[in-house]
Amino acid sequence: MIGSWIRAGMLTVALCATAAVAEENFIVVQSTTSTQNSGLFDAILPEFQEKSGIEVRVVAVGTGQAIKNAVNGDGDVLLVHAKPAEEKFVADGWGVQRQDVMYNDFVLIGPESDPAGIAGGKDIVAALGAIAEAQAPFASRGDDSGTHKAELRHWGATGIDVSAASGDWYRETGSGMGATLNAAAGMGAYVLSDRATWIAFGNKDGMKILVEGDPRLFNQYGVILVNPEKHPGVKAEEGQAFIDWLTGDAGQAAIAGYTRDGQQLFFPNAE
Amino acid sequence: MRDLPLSETGPQPTIEAQGLRIERKGRILLDVPYLAVDGPGPTLIMGPNGAGKSLLLRCLHGLIVPDSGQVRQGNAPLKAAGRAKQAMVFQTPVLLRRSVAANLDYVLKRQRLSRADRHARIAALLEEGGLAGKARQSARSLSGGEGQRLAILRALATEPGVLFLDEPTSALDPAATQDIEAMILRAARRGTRIVMITHDIGQARRLGHDILLMHGGCVAEHGLAHDFFDAPQSQAGRRFLAGALVL
Amino acid sequence: MSLILHGDAELWAIVLLSLQVSMMAVLIAALIGMPLGAALAVARFRGRQLLIILLNALMGLPPVVVGLLVYLTLSRSGPLGVLELLYTPTAMIVAQVVLVTPIVAALTRQTIETLDAEYAEQLRSFGVSRLASVPTLLWDGRIALATALLAGFGRAIAEVGAVIIVGGNINHVTRVMTTTIALETSKGNLALALALGVILIGMAISVTGAVSLLSLRQENETMRHA
Repeated sequence: MIGSWIRAGMLTVALCATAAVAEENFIVVQSTTSTQNSGLFDAILPEFQEKSGIEVRVVAVGTGQAIKNAVNGDGDVLLVHAKPAEEKFVADGWGVQRQDVMYNDFVLIGPESDPAGIAGGKDIVAALGAIAEAQAPFASRGDDSGTHKAELRHWGATGIDVSAASGDWYRETGSGMGATLNAAAGMGAYVLSDRATWIAFGNKDGMKILVEGDPRLFNQYGVILVNPEKHPGVKAEEGQAFIDWLTGDAGQAAIAGYTRDGQQLFFPNAE
Repeated sequence: MRDLPLSETGPQPTIEAQGLRIERKGRILLDVPYLAVDGPGPTLIMGPNGAGKSLLLRCLHGLIVPDSGQVRQGNAPLKAAGRAKQAMVFQTPVLLRRSVAANLDYVLKRQRLSRADRHARIAALLEEGGLAGKARQSARSLSGGEGQRLAILRALATEPGVLFLDEPTSALDPAATQDIEAMILRAARRGTRIVMITHDIGQARRLGHDILLMHGGCVAEHGLAHDFFDAPQSQAGRRFLAGALVL
Repeated sequence: MSLILHGDAELWAIVLLSLQVSMMAVLIAALIGMPLGAALAVARFRGRQLLIILLNALMGLPPVVVGLLVYLTLSRSGPLGVLELLYTPTAMIVAQVVLVTPIVAALTRQTIETLDAEYAEQLRSFGVSRLASVPTLLWDGRIALATALLAGFGRAIAEVGAVIIVGGNINHVTRVMTTTIALETSKGNLALALALGVILIGMAISVTGAVSLLSLRQENETMRHA
């Protein structure tokens, strides 16, 4: 028995070793749950990998955690959607340079019954005010992600202190976009989501878009190379190749070409 | 039937104990100033529960180190080399979770015998114990009598000079007891010194050359079996045989 | 659903990676935990009882905490960052080893101690020293120990909190059954997530069955060869 275990173990080690050798040429991209949950990366990365021979490994977490992981040096490229935080990341020396990649927009989702009566509105701040007024349940990411930061900006504009309602009608899930949409569906709550994740989301269950089209709901994604001077392990050359591709014609066309149910999810806008 | 005179040279080695003492929490559990087990036939240890029989047996086998005193075997202090010439069978046989044959093989391997020698020895032992057909069976699935027979075979496998047995038949039926007694007698005739605890007076009469009566941690009486059963010298012996509660 | 019914190659790669990572973790945990547990069972020293309590407590280590500690260790800004192990299957194995070793060690300690209570006097009588009795006890406790390894494997393969932190749930690299289930759930693909869950449960049941059969066969073989 012990002999067969040792054989199995050696086999596993051999397999792991082979896998490691075969995939030496790779970069790690710290990115957000919205880009992963919407299926964007699965759609566009094969083209880049084919062309460059560089494998792109995506770690999808909230923007806040993605930035922290990048500060720790645990990634070569950062692709997130919280411009002020991204600019601070670069200003602090952790990133080389920030470039726009693409945008989409946020939408306010809610139950079809719409207890706060906000359906059809275009003003996000007014809609949030009405939700607070009705004390209707609102599911927040609560995870320092790009979407969470955007949501808090809009709450700030209403002048309402949502932290006072935390645990009451304002419910922070502390989870990714998809998990928060699931929670909102379960609670019949309103929730702010990026459009891409919403379109690709499979469990819409009695929920729909209630407010969209407010210019303030604009959602910009940026890409940054992690500074190799801070972390010598950063694969600057390969990372930059990826950034160049993503912001170049081929990458931008790939982003524009990704659709779900006939709808375009991200709009390229690199300069 | 084995009323051999004491003068006849008995099996080797002899065992002596000097000044054995074990004390726990102020109570004296064992106190044997001097004891010689050097008779020609099996020595049967008797006595009520708590008299120190098992403790004495374990001291003689080196399983328990007494607080003071010494056990000597063949005129030398009992050490690892001497212990290797001993074996013990417990009241409940401790059978390894392996086949019957593997239980025997376990002790033979420790003797560094060749594979062929071990196989031949195992076959002979199984024959001797009436377990020839059960070599591959799991030892834990044997009946009580078969299990104890295997334990005795395993103890005899290394051809020990001394075999200790702690109430080996107390849980067995008369037929199984008879088998075990026959095995013990055969071993004794081949020259193995037998030191055995029993509660069964009939068994002590059948097997014993000399009887060692324990009482309150002490040796109350040690003499030839027929003398002991005909006319016990000690009060403890008389009361024991009378079936009185010996306290 | 059709993905699963048609045995999609990508899905099987995920299943295979799950098995590889968890089996490797259990193997390493066994190599560390079994001798450790057995030694703890037969040795007598000061602080032994304390060590046993600690070991039993470690059986319930929260996976996320283990994940976080392993992340901090393997991060490029951590002490072992130069090894570049973060976001690799090796990192996941490390995390699972940390989770499983206390389970294997504690259950081994329990098994061996019970067995030792029965065997100790007989083995001493055979002239086997305390230390030398360990292999005998491990072998004779093999069925209970296989169950201990199984318990460890169950914990490893079902665990998501640690592997998602140190593995990063990277497609084709560190995506295993549990992290796939978490991802598909967050995508709202509840049916697919559930189907994957069914596979995971089915695997747990078949591994249990396989180990039981193996133990039985092993038992028979021991008898035949002896």
